[in-house]
Amino acid sequence: MTPRWPLSIVAALALGVMSVSAHAATIQITMENLVISPAEASAKVGDTVEWINKDIFAHTATAQNGDWDVTMPPKKTVTSVLKKAGIIEYYCRFHPNMKATLTVTP
Amino acid sequence: MFVRLSAAIAAMSLLSSAALAQGAKPTDPQIAHIAYTAGVIDIAAAKQALTKTGNKEVKAFAEDMVRDHEAVNKQALDLVKKLKVTPEDNDTSRTLSKNAADKLAELAKLKDAEFDKAYVANEVAYHKAVDSALETTLIPNSGNAELKSLLQTGLKIFQGHEQHAEHVAAALK
Repeated sequence: MTPRWPLSIVAALALGVMSVSAHAATIQITMENLVISPAEASAKVGDTVEWINKDIFAHTATAQNGDWDVTMPPKKTVTSVLKKAGIIEYYCRFHPNMKATLTVTP
Repeated sequence: MFVRLSAAIAAMSLLSSAALAQGAKPTDPQIAHIAYTAGVIDIAAAKQALTKTGNKEVKAFAEDMVRDHEAVNKQALDLVKKLKVTPEDNDTSRTLSKNAADKLAELAKLKDAEFDKAYVANEVAYHKAVDSALETTLIPNSGNAELKSLLQTGLKIFQGHEQHAEHVAAALK
């Protein structure tokens, strides 16, 4: 499986050549029509996730391991900062068919 | 259980036969009315459950039903306003409302685990009936693209509800 790097990570890596590497990035994860995309995303500890809910329904991004639980009101964007590394399987508590994975590296 | 299921199947066949009995396909104003009524019914059922259940999973499920169906119905109201369509009462809506009122009265007499099981079993059957009506009658006959798209979103979310209800039903056994 080829890891799919969000543009922001690629940009951060490219910029890392010039700047000090510890610069935090922002990645976007979208919930639309009851689907989370990308289904597999990667980020680093310290990065910010912009959770974009395009649906008329409220959603959550709830880590199976209990690390985080973000609630997104309908048509709203919510941000959270990643504090712990790990391969996090998460889902929407209101619509458990919505599932995805976020890989957080140290 | 079988009585409830057959009642739901009766409701489901009424849902399509009432429309067919008129000798015409349901119109957009009728479809909007049926879809909205179906949502109102499930919200009322969920609100009844919230006053009666002590079960955590049933409560969470009922809260999901209120949240999602209110969201769809709000969108439906916004849409009919935008399209300047007046939802039109019809036999299918009336049958749905009548059956739902009977079901509410029946469930009102039950308590605790008995209530939980009956409520969730009815939710499984009800969502099956509504999903089937959406798929076979309401979506194919809707003329307006935005109405069709909203019904498709509705179908997707209600299929999730059906699975969720089945999951809760299995946990209650």
